[in-house]
Amino acid sequence: MIAIIDYNAGNLTSVAHAITHLGFKCKVTNDIRFISEAEKIIFPGVGAAGSAMESLKRLGLDQALKKAFSDGKPVFGICLGTQIIMQYSQENDTECIGIIDGSVKPFQKNMTSENGSKLKIPHMGWNKIYPEKDHPLLLGLKNDDEFYFVHSFYPAPEHKEHVVAKTDYGIRFPSIIGFDNIFATQFHPEKSGKPGLVILNNFCRSKPC
Amino acid sequence: MLSKRIIPCLDVREGKTTKGIKFKNNVDIGDPVEMARFYYEEGADEIVFYDITASHEKRDIMLDVVKRVAETIFIPFSVGGGIRSVDDMRSVLLAGAEKISVNSAAVKNPEIISQGANAFGSQCVVLGMDVKHVGQKENIPSGYEIVINGGRRYMGIDALEWAIRAEEAGAGEICLNSIDADGMQEGYELKLTALISENVNIPVIASGGAGLPEHLADVLTKGKADAALIASMVHYGNYSINEIKSYLDLNGIRVRKT
Repeated sequence: MIAIIDYNAGNLTSVAHAITHLGFKCKVTNDIRFISEAEKIIFPGVGAAGSAMESLKRLGLDQALKKAFSDGKPVFGICLGTQIIMQYSQENDTECIGIIDGSVKPFQKNMTSENGSKLKIPHMGWNKIYPEKDHPLLLGLKNDDEFYFVHSFYPAPEHKEHVVAKTDYGIRFPSIIGFDNIFATQFHPEKSGKPGLVILNNFCRSKPC
Repeated sequence: MLSKRIIPCLDVREGKTTKGIKFKNNVDIGDPVEMARFYYEEGADEIVFYDITASHEKRDIMLDVVKRVAETIFIPFSVGGGIRSVDDMRSVLLAGAEKISVNSAAVKNPEIISQGANAFGSQCVVLGMDVKHVGQKENIPSGYEIVINGGRRYMGIDALEWAIRAEEAGAGEICLNSIDADGMQEGYELKLTALISENVNIPVIASGGAGLPEHLADVLTKGKADAALIASMVHYGNYSINEIKSYLDLNGIRVRKT
C-alpha cells in the first residue's frame, strides 16, 4: 500500500487516480499509524511553503516523513512536496523538513529566453528534462518527453550528485532529485501524460533500501 | 523553454458536449469524457471545459463529468462557466479539475479572483475574458471592451486595464476570447492577443477564431500567446492535434511531441 500524504495542500485526487490507473493500491491519508505501516510514501502538494509546513507540524507529519526516510522507505516528493523536504525555503522564510540538504530559491524576475522574449513567472506548462546521471526513475523515458510544471520556486540541493535531471527556464534548475530512498520531482508526474505515468510506475516498482 | 500549449475546448451542456458558432445554434456532438480521452491520447496539452448548462439545478451533472474526466486523463484540465463563488470553485477542484476559470462572475464581483487565489493558489485561477473591438473611447483607451452574456452586454471596462487588474488580484492565467473572431475560423485576433500578453506577466491563452494550423502559428508568434484554444477545427475532424503540432514544429514553434 502507498500512502499519499494529505496535509490540506491542494487536490490530491489526481495523484491517487494516477496510482490507481497504474494498478497499485494507495490511500490519501494524514493518519500517522497508517503512514508508518505503508510500504511507500508519496508527498505531493500545491500551495505555499509557510502554510504547508505549519499544517505538517500541526499534524505531526514532518516527523512521520523523517522517520519513513530513515527507515529506508521509498519517499516520492512532488512539486511543493519536493521543496518541503529540503532544509529551507525562501518562500515565506520557511524552515523545512530537511531530508535533502539544500534550499529552495525563487526564479528571478525579468528573466528572458534565448530569443529575448520575457519569461513569465510562474513557470507553467510543459518542459523537457536533461538527465545528469542514470537513475531508476528515468527508465523507459524518451529524449523528447516533456513534463507539466507549475511553480515560482525551485529546489537547489547542496550535493550535485543528488540531482537526477535539470530543466531550462531562464536558468538550468534541478527538476528531478534522487538518492538512497528519496525520489522527488519539481513537475507533476500525475499531470504529465504518459511519461509522467512512466515515472510514477518506476517509483511504485522501487524496492525499499 | 516552455512548449506552446494546444488546448481543445469543450462546451458542455447538461453533461453533453456542444460547439456553438458565434454562441448560437449549438449542436450536440458527444460525451465529454470520451472526447477528453480522445484528445488526451492525441496529444492535447490541456483541456478546457465550459459548462453552459443554463439551469442551476442541473449543475451537479458537470461535477460528475469532472470526476470521470479526472479518472481518465492525466493532463491538466480546467472548468469554467457558472462559477460564482469560492464554494463553486472548491467543489470543481475537489472533483479533480486543476484550474477553474471565472468570467462574468469576476466582472460583477472582482473579489472572487483574490478570494480564489488566496484559498487555492493563483495557479488554480484562470480569468476568462470575452472581448469586443469597439474603437478607442475615453473609458476604453485600448479600443477593446469587456462584454458578458456571450457578447450581448457591454460592461464599459477596458480589456487591457481589466487584465492588469486581474493579475494584481491573483489570477494565474488569462484565457482571452475575441467575440469578433469566435466561431468564424478566420484566425485569432492577433492585435488584441499581443496587447494583453505583452502587458501582463501571467500566461495568456488565445481563444476564438482558429480554423487552420497557420492561425495557431500566427497567434503563438505574432500574437505572443503562450497557448492556443481550439474547438471546431478539431471537433469536426478537419485537423488532428498531431497534424496541428507537426505544422507548428515545422514552422519552428516548440510544441510537446507525444
